[in-house]
Amino acid sequence: MTLTSKTSPVASPAPVGGLAQSRGTNPVLKLVSRIIDWPMAGLQRLIGERRMPYIFLLPNLVFFGLFVFVPIAINFVYSVTGGPALFPSERPYVGADQYAYLFECGSYVDPNSCREDHFWRGVYNTLFFSLFQVLAMVGLSLLTAVVLNMKIRGRGFFRAVYFFPVLLSPVVVALIWKWILQRDGLLNAAITGFGGDRILFLAEPGWAMFWAIFVSVWAHMGFYTLILLAGLQAIPADIYEAAEMDATPRWRVFWRLTLPLLWPNLIVVIVLSLIRAVQTFDEVFVLTGGGPGTSTLMVVQYIYETAFSNQVQNFGLAAAASVVLGIVLFALTLAQLAFTQRKSS
Amino acid sequence: MKTTKMLLGCALFAVSLGMSQAYAQTTLRMTWYSDGNEGEVMSDLLRRFEEQNKDIKVVLDQVPFKAINENLPVQLAAGQGPDLARVADLGGVARYMLDLRPHLKDPAYFEANFGPFLEWMRVPGDTSSIPGFMTQLTLTGPFVNKTLFEQANVPMPGPKATWEEWAKAAKDVAAKVQAPFPIAIDRSGHRFLSLAITQGAKLFNEKGEPAVVDEGFRRGAQLVFDWHKNGVMSKELWGSVAGTAYRGANDEFKNAQVVMYESGSWQIGQFDKTIGDAFDWVAVPTPCGPANCSGMPGGAALVAIKTTQHPKEVALLMEYLASDQVAAEFYERSLFVPGHLGIAKKGLEYKSASPQGKAALKVFNEGVSQLSPVANKLQGYVHNRVIFNAVISRLGQAIAGEASLDEAYQRIESDVQQQIAERTKK
Repeated sequence: MTLTSKTSPVASPAPVGGLAQSRGTNPVLKLVSRIIDWPMAGLQRLIGERRMPYIFLLPNLVFFGLFVFVPIAINFVYSVTGGPALFPSERPYVGADQYAYLFECGSYVDPNSCREDHFWRGVYNTLFFSLFQVLAMVGLSLLTAVVLNMKIRGRGFFRAVYFFPVLLSPVVVALIWKWILQRDGLLNAAITGFGGDRILFLAEPGWAMFWAIFVSVWAHMGFYTLILLAGLQAIPADIYEAAEMDATPRWRVFWRLTLPLLWPNLIVVIVLSLIRAVQTFDEVFVLTGGGPGTSTLMVVQYIYETAFSNQVQNFGLAAAASVVLGIVLFALTLAQLAFTQRKSS
Repeated sequence: MKTTKMLLGCALFAVSLGMSQAYAQTTLRMTWYSDGNEGEVMSDLLRRFEEQNKDIKVVLDQVPFKAINENLPVQLAAGQGPDLARVADLGGVARYMLDLRPHLKDPAYFEANFGPFLEWMRVPGDTSSIPGFMTQLTLTGPFVNKTLFEQANVPMPGPKATWEEWAKAAKDVAAKVQAPFPIAIDRSGHRFLSLAITQGAKLFNEKGEPAVVDEGFRRGAQLVFDWHKNGVMSKELWGSVAGTAYRGANDEFKNAQVVMYESGSWQIGQFDKTIGDAFDWVAVPTPCGPANCSGMPGGAALVAIKTTQHPKEVALLMEYLASDQVAAEFYERSLFVPGHLGIAKKGLEYKSASPQGKAALKVFNEGVSQLSPVANKLQGYVHNRVIFNAVISRLGQAIAGEASLDEAYQRIESDVQQQIAERTKK
């Protein structure tokens, strides 16, 4: 197109448009490009060349705004209103009451002292889950990527095997593991087969959290392994050859060469898995239902249940909790951007 | 030639338009959930209704029970509901129901046959609206695996046995036959409160406001708490999910893993069909406590929704389904306790039920006379779900070891207070 050059004779009836020229002799494309060229050139004259990119961004921005920014704004409106009504216009304004209710605590380290203890239990469970899930996820993904980067037999097969769970729906993953872990599941059959006592894995708080983390790592590890594997393969081989010529021990090569060179990829993996962990809902919800008690209740489940599942439908409180969660996720996203930018520079 | 063709085309279009007008149908959407085979029975009845009323088509949208409780209220609040729906939280959705009186030929028929239950479908202050009729009256009560008792050679406690006697017997049986669940109670506030009412729970103060935790309630909660500690109840049911989530033990009972299962009359059809002759099961009267031997009433109603564009057609359908003959067929084929006083008085034969199913229905029908006024009041209370939810959520936490029973009691009171305040905020 001729849009980038102010000197192009766009008003000329001749097919001077770049697009038209680039399409050769195809008459349909020629016609289309002529049709497009004319209003675009006019628009460019009207608003100036520098503003034209925003016109091209506009369709996406409209969709993004409609399905992301508008819901965020509506959510915020809900968070400052109360009552059971669904339409914001019918909901009484309550100011920051919902936030005050969420944050009303004797001590923030003791959920029992909080007015809305379920929210804080969700917060602490999510923190605990995120910490251990991310540690396990990054550690195991790194280990797996390093092994899969070696010249081992069946490397392609193992790469596919580790990636396969990523393709499964989280609900399917959780159901499979639920069947394995239940009273008469595969794992208990094995334990009792070896003479051990049956363990109620999903009815004991400690076990339930352990399996929630385990299943989540199992399901998503393949994706992060792939990112790290790509990073490992991007490290120039001559660096390793030089280290080999210096007879550098393998652990030293790993610590001093591989890890620093892989660091940008590791940062991406850490931040992505952290965001994903904070958002966790589906797998844990299907696997444990948030129980026993509230021992695996995550913040997102709290929001869902407060808004929809309690039959009291406290939309305002759920909206306030999701605004808080949104702020946390926004901070994590900013951190990721900062790290990524540092990596680029 | 061209003109002729055009004229012919126009004529054909006009004729087809006229024909489509002649066969114009009103389409009604009915949202429905099933515990057993009642969806199939309703489909049959609707087919017959459509044959008699060619201008009305009824689309039966069958959804899970969870969708009725969670999605339907949001749909209704958004004004996007169906024309009719089968609902269980009658008080909770009462404000979205349509009063059919102006469209019914004989509102007195509904008053006479569904009168006491219509109160459950009305918002506070409303004493006369008729939004629909009860598709089933339910009563909580226990099912017992008789075969396990026989195998264990333990005598079954009699009709007036207490909860403690049943717990001891069930535990003995479970120990002898290696059954993992001596007693299973649905993880539901409704089911727990049946037990609490037998222990003397009053649930309301003199002013009629909720005052959930009293001595009777504490006795009931302590029983359930202790049963989880001493193995009469397994943590897998009440302890395995969080918050207000419902968890039944139907599958465990059907797999002969439960000695005694406290659930309700709506399970009969399902058990009758799926257990077959795998083992003998019986329904027994609700065990007694110091106060009474009452179960909790409940049920589901088919109600008209306010936003319907076709109130006359909805009323016509409602009249058809609630009529003596059709309703009797529905209750009988679905193996439900009738929510129709006339039919209940005459009694039903339940021809399609096995002897076990018939016996179970008899036990539940007899249980209606044992209902405590507290149970009836709770069922009719518009915010009863708030109480059910708070109770189950907090007792679940105590059983999981996250809170003491005393802490749970405090939380139940504050949850009920806060949620009712939120629900009534204007």
